Amino acid sequence: LKQVVAKHAVRSLSSITVPLPDISVYRFEKNLFPQKAETNREEMLKYFKAMTFQRRIEIACDEIYKMKQARGFCHLMDGQEAVAVGIEAGITLQDYIITAYRCHGFMLGRGGTPEKILGEMMGKLNGVSKGKGGSMHMTSQKNRFFGGNGIVGAQIPIGTGLAYGIKYEEKKEVCVTLYGDGAANQGQLFEAANMAMLWKLPVIYVCENNGFAMGTSVARASANTNLYARLDLIPGARINGQHIYAVREAIKFAKEWCLSGKGPVCLELLTYRYHGHSMSDSGLTYRTREDIQKVRKERDPIMTVSYTHLTLPTKAQVQISVVAEPLKKK
Amino acid sequence: VSTQSTWGFQESKDMMKVFQLSTRITRFTLLARVFSAGPPPLKMDFSEKVNTKEVTLKNPDKLKKMNICQAVNNAMDIALATIPKSYVFGEDVKFGGVFRCTVGLNEKYGTDRVFNTPLSEQGILGFSVGLAAAGCTPICEIQFGDYIFPAFDQFHNEVAKYRYRSAGLYNVGGITCRCSYGAVGHGGHYHSQAPEAHFMHTAGLTVVIPRSPIQAKGLLLGSIRSPDPIIFFEPKILYRMAEDMVPEEDYTLPIGKAEVLQEGKDITMIGYGASIRQLMMASKMAEEKGIKCEIIDLRTIIPYDIETIEKSVKKTGRLLITHEGPVTSGAGAEIAAKIQERCFLSLKAPIARVCGFDTPFPFVYEPFYLPNRFKIFESTLKLMEFQLKQYISIQSVSYTHLTLPTKAQVQISVVAVSLKKKPT
Repeated sequence: LKQVVAKHAVRSLSSITVPLPDISVYRFEKNLFPQKAETNREEMLKYFKAMTFQRRIEIACDEIYKMKQARGFCHLMDGQEAVAVGIEAGITLQDYIITAYRCHGFMLGRGGTPEKILGEMMGKLNGVSKGKGGSMHMTSQKNRFFGGNGIVGAQIPIGTGLAYGIKYEEKKEVCVTLYGDGAANQGQLFEAANMAMLWKLPVIYVCENNGFAMGTSVARASANTNLYARLDLIPGARINGQHIYAVREAIKFAKEWCLSGKGPVCLELLTYRYHGHSMSDSGLTYRTREDIQKVRKERDPIMTVSYTHLTLPTKAQVQISVVAEPLKKK
Repeated sequence: VSTQSTWGFQESKDMMKVFQLSTRITRFTLLARVFSAGPPPLKMDFSEKVNTKEVTLKNPDKLKKMNICQAVNNAMDIALATIPKSYVFGEDVKFGGVFRCTVGLNEKYGTDRVFNTPLSEQGILGFSVGLAAAGCTPICEIQFGDYIFPAFDQFHNEVAKYRYRSAGLYNVGGITCRCSYGAVGHGGHYHSQAPEAHFMHTAGLTVVIPRSPIQAKGLLLGSIRSPDPIIFFEPKILYRMAEDMVPEEDYTLPIGKAEVLQEGKDITMIGYGASIRQLMMASKMAEEKGIKCEIIDLRTIIPYDIETIEKSVKKTGRLLITHEGPVTSGAGAEIAAKIQERCFLSLKAPIARVCGFDTPFPFVYEPFYLPNRFKIFESTLKLMEFQLKQYISIQSVSYTHLTLPTKAQVQISVVAVSLKKKPT
């Protein structure tokens, strides 16, 4: 009887509408952006599993670094899973991604497996960059992931160049170029953005604003803290980066905008990292434990998906938690 | 070809296996870690005393145990106290710096004089050029030597040429750029570079690299007070490791002069920064074989003290230069070229350069890349065993046999060939 009832529950939950949080826009009409996302149970589960998997891998990376199996530098992005999974959900594997050194989550979405990611950190041959790059330089040639770049801001002009190559070959693809709130003050960003707007390149500049550049808060480093509005003529939007559907819909919208020939887009994703800047940073000298706990309770990306579940009938909840438990145990 | 990502969990194996893998790796890599961590250093006391020939102290008994971080901090404290329009700025310097070199300065001198900049190296240097041209003394910090390259244009085209292109009407001599430098054991590509060679090729710049806390404090004060713009590279592996009893007072060491650390008659060894320790350990190994090494710390890489080096090479006849950066076009290449110009006939063996390889700084197996005491020792032995006489005798025979009649020619070439084939 239980199975019969469960089957009914599945059939009755074919499509779910998730309302999206409010955004700020610059040189855009706000009503152009979608205000709700269509999804279904399988998709929700898929994102939930992907984000939980990413969270567990980051914790595993933390452990192997503390065991001194991996050395060098290790920058973890737990807390920022919605950014990686959301962007990947909004584009295809034919699109290009290039990011800075907080790249484990993006690697996972672009063909990485835990063995390959942890192997790369340890310098093993089975790693994604054959052990030559380490945590900061994970790449995938097949899936068009250009890493993983150590020098702050260096990846931005590179991403712009990739977009030029796409446009030259007249392909319907975009290049997602990510950078952080610290790199938002680098000259390279403005040079590349000018070129992108001048030549209408299909590049989406995504600023992962996790509030701190190492230990410096955004307010102390940037005169204009509206990082989405700093690229002059390039239209921008500030999105809640902890809400996976918000990220997904924003990227989908940005991709359509670029492919229609209107030029680049700048998205600022407000997100948060629970770890410090790198493994040598405790993360507690510039913020308190209470701040981090607060974000964990209220703005955790995995919780966002779970909260959406909470609006669903109880049976679906039970089914989803049944799936989550074995993953956590793994 | 699928176009949607599957985030690895569908194609990967059980997560548990990853943790099992890591425990298996621990057992295997216990041995490998011996190599990946590098050989343990020889037990030697690297602490020094002030060289009284170079500096006379007013209170020679007022000493305090400091490492390079604290010595540099002390030097900046004295500079900020004695030079009214001096400023310390860079990324994260206000709270004390990522290496704790600027601890306490903001509390003492205020945010007007000790402040953070945003993440822009080119901005930091350009800003320093402006401050220095206005007559101030900016002491800027570039957090890691690897990040100095966005600022390279400012160094090369502005800092180096300011005095030259205005015929001395303007100058940016007040600039001192402090920068952490060199390998640290786990730095990888972007936290271990030694970029001094790039600056050697720019006329107008001065590069100073200290080896110990006493040297760091004196050279930094000398750099800040120097009328020329100076880049001060601090070997980050020695920030905590090197400890000396450093004089608490204000003293400066001369810029542009090398220091002879140890006298010897067999071979001259030149190094700077952390390489001095490798040289001292290698010379201890060589002394067991009866080889007496003369060690020179270059201190100022450009303009380097050629007179001291020349005097030493004319005494010993053999030269070995070591540095962490890649061998091609490094400091060793320049010094070798200059010495062979000046001391060609005094040389008993080719000049050896024991340096890093011509690759980007590696992510793993750092000890294999760096010039360590074993590589230096091996080079020393090769230089000592080099015999010039064999080559000279064969040369003289071949010149003579060109004037003799045919039979004698054949006889002598037979002798020459047999000499060449003789085992060494």
